[in-house]
Amino acid sequence: MRIGVLALQGDFAEHQIMLQSLGVDVVQVRLAEHLNQLDGLIIPGGESTTIGKLATDFNLMDPLRAFGQDHAIWGTCAGAIFLSKDALRKQPLLNLMDITVERNAFGRQIDSFETELKVPALQGFGQNGRGFHAVFIRAPLIEKVGEGVQILATLEDGRIVAARQGHFLATAFHPELTGDDRFHRYFLEMAKS
Amino acid sequence: MEQEVGSFEIKKGLAQMLKGGVIMDVVTPEHAKIAEDAGAAAVMALERVPADIRADGGVARMSDPEMIMKIMDSVTIPVMAKCRIGHFVEAQILEAIGVDYIDESEVLTPADEANHINKHLFKVPFVCGCRNLGEALRRIGEGAAMIRTKGEAGTGDVVEAVRHARSVLGEIRKLQTMAEEEVMAYAKEIGAPYEWLLETRKLGRLPVVNFAAGGIATPADAALMMQLGVDGVFVGSGIFKSGDPARRAAAIVKATTHYQDASILAEVSRNLGGPMVGRSVSSLTETEKLATRGW
Repeated sequence: MRIGVLALQGDFAEHQIMLQSLGVDVVQVRLAEHLNQLDGLIIPGGESTTIGKLATDFNLMDPLRAFGQDHAIWGTCAGAIFLSKDALRKQPLLNLMDITVERNAFGRQIDSFETELKVPALQGFGQNGRGFHAVFIRAPLIEKVGEGVQILATLEDGRIVAARQGHFLATAFHPELTGDDRFHRYFLEMAKS
Repeated sequence: MEQEVGSFEIKKGLAQMLKGGVIMDVVTPEHAKIAEDAGAAAVMALERVPADIRADGGVARMSDPEMIMKIMDSVTIPVMAKCRIGHFVEAQILEAIGVDYIDESEVLTPADEANHINKHLFKVPFVCGCRNLGEALRRIGEGAAMIRTKGEAGTGDVVEAVRHARSVLGEIRKLQTMAEEEVMAYAKEIGAPYEWLLETRKLGRLPVVNFAAGGIATPADAALMMQLGVDGVFVGSGIFKSGDPARRAAAIVKATTHYQDASILAEVSRNLGGPMVGRSVSSLTETEKLATRGW
């Protein structure tokens, strides 16, 4: 299994370490040619405006969209914004996943938080299906999902923080910052099929 | 489902999101927009860039909260602001207006010549400067969630940034070759908290994100620091004291991402207009050096 991590800006090294601990070959993707021979791609946390600007300047937008036609892609936080079709403001988006996201939905850094989430989709990935410790940093919310998008996790008040549409996965939080690899293994299953 | 805010993981986490990025000094909302459009991962809001603080002399303090708030309103990326070393009330004010990160900075005139701020008491994360591993780990011991090597701010001369990055990274390499029983004596020698020194030895890197700062003025300077092994760069006077700030800012962002690709570095370095004039660090007297502030 060979997974790419979009390495334009953000915490791509944290994803890389997590994937390598699962025995996966990891390729840092900075140019379109790095997308060859990959089984899937993770778009990390970071600043979505920075990632979008660099992806545009280095002609990655169309190659990433083409890659998404038949490969698994997972976006965490900024990556989820970049994967979406609408971020409620003007910035470069891949327009691949039918979700609308609101950036910085919880406020500024002093409002960043950790919490436990119930994620039924992680049943079967061990740890007796216990809650997933989720880290939200200046996090977005998935405000709206289109048809065929499965909601994987919400906050207690019902606001959506994880979703899947076919081979696309979006999380508003950062599984790569915790020691818990269940979401990474869940994504690897998606990339296999 | 209880929600916890202000943990060390959350504080460290925002710095992890800034990795591979450029944090730019800005003095107006217009500058902040230029920085965001150029791809900055965050901005540092301040009244005067270090080159001007250096030229003007006098006491340099926290900026007017009004000016910082205007910058916060003008961009969607994180906004940092500086307080004086040891001035915990300036830090309280910056936390109250909601800045995303506080830089307890030697660029401003120190308020305490013995102690830094107890950063554990705050929900907002802090970044602090260092010249070596001992200083970095003392700041982390006080609660800093991000470190930047100091360099010499406001000079446009990268030599001190290189010296401090080599010092920190070299000391970590030395630490890793030591037997565990030698670590306590080394902690004493460099004035570092023992537990954090052990943690650094285990990780093979600082336990928090480590950017370079102070004197970075060109895309090549940024890539140099990245190749030396830092996680990202601060650019202060280097952008808005240059001939074409927007163009230079975008070029430094690209160089920080593609720091290992010399052909891209060549491409982005073309036709940037004049860099900041700068001042060589070797021409400064000891009292003019900002990096020596911090204890």
